[in-house]
Amino acid sequence: MEKEELLKRMEEAVKAYDEEEARRLAEEAIRMGVDPVEALEQGLAKGLREVGDRFGRSEAFITELIAAAQAMEAGAEILNREIERRGAAREAVGRFLIGTVEGDIHSIGKNIVATMLKAAGFEVIDIGVDVPTQTFVEKVKELKPDILGLSALMTTTMVKQREVIEALKEAGLRDQVKIIIGGAPVTPDWAREIGADAVGLDAASAVETSLRLIGVK
Amino acid sequence: MTGRLRLLTEDQIEEIHSATLEILQEPGIAVENPEALRLLREAGCEVEGETVRIDEELVDECLKRAPSVIDIYTRDGEKRMPVGGDNIYFSPASTALYFIDHETGEIRKARAQDLVNLVRVADALDSIEMLSTAAVPSDVPQEIADLYRLYIVLRNSVKPIITGAFSKQGLIDMIEMLSAVVGGPEELRRRPIAFFDCCPRSPLTWGDLSTQNLLDCAERMVPVEIDPAPNIGVSSPVTLAGTLVQMNAELLSGYVISQLKRAGAPVVYGSVPFVFDMRYGTNRIGAVEAMMVACAGAELGKHYGLPTHTVAVSDSKVVDAQSLMETAMGLTLMTLVRVNNISGPGMLMFDNCQSLEKLVIDAEACRMLLRLLRGLRVDEEALAVDVIRRVGHGGHFLGEKHTLLHHLEEVWMPSDVICRLSLDAWRKEGMKTILDRARERVDEILKAHQPKPLSKEAEEALEERLRAILKRYGIPHPGGG
Repeated sequence: MEKEELLKRMEEAVKAYDEEEARRLAEEAIRMGVDPVEALEQGLAKGLREVGDRFGRSEAFITELIAAAQAMEAGAEILNREIERRGAAREAVGRFLIGTVEGDIHSIGKNIVATMLKAAGFEVIDIGVDVPTQTFVEKVKELKPDILGLSALMTTTMVKQREVIEALKEAGLRDQVKIIIGGAPVTPDWAREIGADAVGLDAASAVETSLRLIGVK
Repeated sequence: MTGRLRLLTEDQIEEIHSATLEILQEPGIAVENPEALRLLREAGCEVEGETVRIDEELVDECLKRAPSVIDIYTRDGEKRMPVGGDNIYFSPASTALYFIDHETGEIRKARAQDLVNLVRVADALDSIEMLSTAAVPSDVPQEIADLYRLYIVLRNSVKPIITGAFSKQGLIDMIEMLSAVVGGPEELRRRPIAFFDCCPRSPLTWGDLSTQNLLDCAERMVPVEIDPAPNIGVSSPVTLAGTLVQMNAELLSGYVISQLKRAGAPVVYGSVPFVFDMRYGTNRIGAVEAMMVACAGAELGKHYGLPTHTVAVSDSKVVDAQSLMETAMGLTLMTLVRVNNISGPGMLMFDNCQSLEKLVIDAEACRMLLRLLRGLRVDEEALAVDVIRRVGHGGHFLGEKHTLLHHLEEVWMPSDVICRLSLDAWRKEGMKTILDRARERVDEILKAHQPKPLSKEAEEALEERLRAILKRYGIPHPGGG
């Protein structure tokens, strides 16, 4: 199999939501000696970007987007190990730190945004759910992300988004990072009120907005 | 199938049936048509002037002759729709003199172009499986208005048609138009594409025109819907059971007349009851009692093993909450009873005003009901034990193949007429109401939808037939259509 065909098949596997095929092709890529970064970028991630675009145009359902994301993650896990082994860094468009705020254990929205960001070329560090405000501050200080994404799915926990922003100000870190907030109850008005830089109303627009925040788009 | 609504018990149906037989004996039925009177006399009925007494034996015999399922076809013959059993087909109600102007919202007399638009919109709506000659165009000569409605429908949709004639000759002309389109009278008998509504005059009278229409259809095996339209409290007893007895007598006598003309003539057991409003003197079809009588009437029809027809429309003058509440309630009740032909989508103002916007909104209600009718699937795949185990505690199902595979068949997807946006997205879109959305959907359909055209031969045959009819009346072709 030629490299071009392999990349095309990887893209198709993600578009067909086929995790096993994505895994198999990732292993095949390594066996063939294909650059794992290229296999990720031009194969798996390309497929997810396409499904993401279709979702953004209301032409795909959430369940399809998530299934595609899972297929990409399945193959990406194998490719990432190879990238690490080779010590070959993937050229990222930016570093993105993401987590769900304290008291909120919802992960679906955050995970899908994280995967979409990876597909768009971001280096994504996902610090999980129910993340204490202080942890966000420490991680921003330690990892120096370009963007911090704060997810909250409940009206009762979205106040924590404000708390994180206030804590970053106190720690003198607010100017060093762009902040994007997301989650079902979150609105542009809320983002303005708490001093976030942007709001991601859905996965597709979150990626779009993030690229704009770091000046790529 | 589960999820069936019954308003009457078997015992109550028997009581209504035997009361009906008493009425058919005394005072009997008035029949204002010589041919029908002759047929009834020859069948052994006691006929005195125009009053006919019909006995139980003849009723039973005639009910046995009537088919329990009527196969109706699309104009192109490609789809067969068996009207009977638990099958349900939605159609626009008929016949309105008024129309809500799509551009201005004004209530005015209906025009030919309105009917063209209505037919094209209904043709595009998947849940509206039959059409009707839904409005009387005020801008064509009234002596040909009935057949001109049919001409418009035949040109703009393949769907089967519920129609009716305004005169004896009108019916013959309309049947000839149908024959022209399908390729001759024999072909029309083999695969009928339209029902003709024949309405007895409550109380207890078969007028000359309706009776002749009934006989002429029976002779040609053209399907009929008998639709008594009593005005409860005025032309039928104020008690709902009394109305049912009288309606049933009108219907059963109609079956006797048609089956005596030709055994096996296809006839639907229908009803369009109204409730007289004692304050305003209006005839309310959106009243819950009108729906109850229609539903119970259909239960009687089912009891006799006959195909059924009812109408669910609103009394409201505009597309507002009342109009949607009344129609949706009627449609739902009638669906749960499993009435076979349910007319109504689009109609307002006591069954006398059409709205294109209402038609597309009601069509969404019909789509919801078609989903409801599919019921709950309960089998190994649907019970999803494996999937529940795999996802486990606190996981989610969005990424499961099971979800991907089944979400569209399990969870109905509405058109954009129904708003499911978040508050923000809705505000951003311009805070559109269902009426705004319906207007856009109508514009979209009128702009983009291309109904399947008549074949060249069918079109020529139809035009030739229409020219001959118009020539007889000395009327120029009104054009359009």
